[in-house]
Amino acid sequence: MGNLANLLLLLVILLNFFILGSSRLGACIQTAALQGALLACVPLLMNPISGHTLFLAGSALALKGVVMPWLLFRAIRQVRIRREIDPMIGYVPTLILGTVATAGAFIFSDHLPLVAAHRGSLVIPCGLATLGAGFLMMITRRKALTQALGYLIFENGIFIFGLLLTEAMPLMVEAGVLLDLLVAVFVMGIVVNQINREFSSLNVENLSLLRE
Amino acid sequence: MKTLLVLVPAAFALTAYLLPSDRLRAWLLPVGGVAHLLLALAAVIAPEPLPVGAWLGLDPLGRLVLLLVSLLFACCSVYGLGYLRFRQQWGTRAFVSCLFLFLSAMSLSVMARHLGILWVAVEATTLASAPLIYFNRNRLSIEATWKYLLLCSVGIALAMLGILFVAYSVLPAPHISLQLDALLAGAGHLSRPWLRAGFVFLLVGFGTKAGFAPLHTWKPDAYGEAPGMVGALLAGGLTSIAFLALLRTMQIMIAAGEAEVAHQALVVMGVLSLFFAAVFVIKQPDFKRLLAYSSVEHMGILAIGFGVGGLAVFGALLHMINNALVKGVLFLTAGNIHRRFDSKRREEVAGAIAVLPVSASLFVAGFLAVTGSPPFGLFVSELTILQGVFSAGRFPLGGYMLLMLAVIFIGMGSTVLAVTLGQPSPRANQVNWNENFLTLAPPAVLLLLVLILGLYLPEPVRAMIKAAAGTLEAGQ
Repeated sequence: MGNLANLLLLLVILLNFFILGSSRLGACIQTAALQGALLACVPLLMNPISGHTLFLAGSALALKGVVMPWLLFRAIRQVRIRREIDPMIGYVPTLILGTVATAGAFIFSDHLPLVAAHRGSLVIPCGLATLGAGFLMMITRRKALTQALGYLIFENGIFIFGLLLTEAMPLMVEAGVLLDLLVAVFVMGIVVNQINREFSSLNVENLSLLRE
Repeated sequence: MKTLLVLVPAAFALTAYLLPSDRLRAWLLPVGGVAHLLLALAAVIAPEPLPVGAWLGLDPLGRLVLLLVSLLFACCSVYGLGYLRFRQQWGTRAFVSCLFLFLSAMSLSVMARHLGILWVAVEATTLASAPLIYFNRNRLSIEATWKYLLLCSVGIALAMLGILFVAYSVLPAPHISLQLDALLAGAGHLSRPWLRAGFVFLLVGFGTKAGFAPLHTWKPDAYGEAPGMVGALLAGGLTSIAFLALLRTMQIMIAAGEAEVAHQALVVMGVLSLFFAAVFVIKQPDFKRLLAYSSVEHMGILAIGFGVGGLAVFGALLHMINNALVKGVLFLTAGNIHRRFDSKRREEVAGAIAVLPVSASLFVAGFLAVTGSPPFGLFVSELTILQGVFSAGRFPLGGYMLLMLAVIFIGMGSTVLAVTLGQPSPRANQVNWNENFLTLAPPAVLLLLVLILGLYLPEPVRAMIKAAAGTLEAGQ
């Protein structure tokens, strides 16, 4: 069981790289959806099956795998963009930074004072690496939509970390967290649409009227 | 009873969404605001017992913040009635609904006794307030909204990571609970490295929302572009909520015997915030952005107050009340001036006192109050904090605070006086709008309250602050 979970987590890390290196927005969103769907399966493999884990897996699958990607797809259809052109930092440097962050995550998690049961598990390095990838997306991309996607990846990283602590977050809180995330992506989708209407472009560099 | 504080505003939000008439919808604001204030007063005057282990409830700290948020919202809601009469062109459905959702989420954050619920509620305040900033529907406000949404969402996501770290610090205990009483009771056994790392993430996360420098970059944009009443709610209400969330983590740190680390981190944040505020206040050409930097300054003062501990905690709690009330005065009157001149640039606005005598006078009085001049409440609270700083023997810190306060006084003064005094600028009659009872009474009431708090501290308020300060002492 644990092996299968580790395999899925490795796939999640690979998907991080795909998203960091791809310029096609549609493909990026699909990959993020796949990542969310894979993550939704992990709690079932790591914990004994109960109402709580079933709910967590089901709602994560529905929201991260289907609803949120659908919201983002709707946003790119409305604003008619396909590609992220000229990111702040090129794709190859971003990939290199992503590799460095992933390697750093593995080295760093070796030094963390983990409880015995979690030593050697891929959960913590994978969570940290995904956090890093999401953060990189948010700071290196110019389109508001890719930044929103970066936020989604970032949240996936936190979700992975939370897998170790499913017990700490009671069902109701878990539901609230996912609901907040859904509304966040929904509001971001609306704002993306409005940015496009005001500027006829989605580049956040247009958002530079307000400065000191 | 206490759940009503969350449910009533939520019900008003739903009603506002379903109501077809814009005119009637504006009337919902004062009705809902006053209803919430009455509920909050009832909850403060006759406190319900707080069972150990409850997920929702009001402790003394919660009661204090609830009262100030509710009071500020009630004043803003009356002002909102006057404001929405003037701004009819865009429809008010989303605006009024989101205002009530915002209030509902703030009440939930005040009552949360579980870190998970606290997180959900604080994130909900971000989501409910983002559409409010975009009310004026132009390029500047969309930019401000995007920055606010993205920065605060990422900040709050980091806070979630911090909460997970705190949860991890409970291991290898067989059962993890993030309920506050349970965490405080077991604080002695928490794993130190995880707890400290968690505190750092929580400080950065909730600190982004409170707007400590250098995490404040969304603040001038959001406060500058949002309507005045939204600015008041963000600067007075939301920052207090974010600070309350920080104080909850402080409680855990103190109970775990890690007060030293937490206090030092807060003082560093405070020192940085005062510095950034002082730098950006000087020559600030935009009087609403000026108020945002003043908000950064006061977050810094609060952080130093809570970071020094002892007597300063009492001062900081009093300062939190004063800050919220005076931010209401400043943003509501600044909104009036902005509306008349259709500009908030210092080059284009002058002599407001000739065309809007009451608003401009209240604005100047608010400026004197916010910079800590006697006889206003902020003078007393800043003095108490300084007293705490000096009696703790931290003379360089106290001297630094005094210097920064003086610089900010001069910096703010030059812009505020340029805007209000002198010959009216050519834009003085740009918009045919005049101040009226609805847009003047709320800031006047708030200013009166700040003045009263400066002249004498009513015994019930003192007792409330004392009790709240007690929750932040070791061994509690």
